Amino acid sequence: MPVQYYIYFCLALFSIGVIGVLTRRNAIIVFMCIELMLNAVNLLLVAFSKMHHAAAITSNPATTAGIDGQLFVFFIMVVAAAEVSVGLAIIVMMYRNTHSVDINFLNRLKN
Amino acid sequence: MSTVQLLFFFLSVLAIFSAVMVLVSKNPVHSVLWLIAVFFAISGHYILLNAQFLAIVNLIVYAGAIMVLFLFVIMLMNLNAESEPRKHLRMKFAGVISGGCFLLVLISLVRQTPELTGKTVMMATGDIGLIKNLGKALFSDYVVPFEISSVLFLSAMVGAVVIGKKD
Repeated sequence: MPVQYYIYFCLALFSIGVIGVLTRRNAIIVFMCIELMLNAVNLLLVAFSKMHHAAAITSNPATTAGIDGQLFVFFIMVVAAAEVSVGLAIIVMMYRNTHSVDINFLNRLKN
Repeated sequence: MSTVQLLFFFLSVLAIFSAVMVLVSKNPVHSVLWLIAVFFAISGHYILLNAQFLAIVNLIVYAGAIMVLFLFVIMLMNLNAESEPRKHLRMKFAGVISGGCFLLVLISLVRQTPELTGKTVMMATGDIGLIKNLGKALFSDYVVPFEISSVLFLSAMVGAVVIGKKD
């Protein structure tokens, strides 16, 4: 499979996430769109890791080139899990104060 | 067209359709369920790339843990289609236009890149995605970041409790 197909697919997913962040006002949906963008990048990292592995395995059949990409994906998942717990706690606190999850309530910081 | 290619296109269409439905759904609970469908499709992609460990971790961490957390928060707040905040149609239109321009710019960038022509992705073979090889690399080259991530989890746990506490 050419690597361009994976790049186009991941770009489409990433752009859908960007459009979601720009068009939705519910803070939880915005947060879910950020997760969508993270997953698009994860899939692209794995595809590039397999691309480098395919290029390196022709010269050395026992190589583990490209394994770093998959480990980066693992660490991105670790950070994303921590980020979601803190982010949802912030959204719950915001809901408790304003009784709404509308992100337009948060523009008071600019004054 | 081989089976792997058919599966690739099927999973891609499924993922993009579900991702669009995440945005279109009025009810936040439906959005979460569509996002779980996206994560299942991406796990299918990982299996096609023979990254079996990441496929299972993606299912357990994202579709299992994170999405359940989202569902709990949405149900705790009793959000539904009626309480959904509305945005002006003009702002929605502007968001879609700017996101589409972003996609077009990136696609034209990829089309012009000479380094990517002729490169193929290894499908359904290769053993760097197996737990044995990933574990060896994780506990030899990446053992310090792995231990630091445990500190990150501890601080995230303490932070979530402190932020979410009443008063």
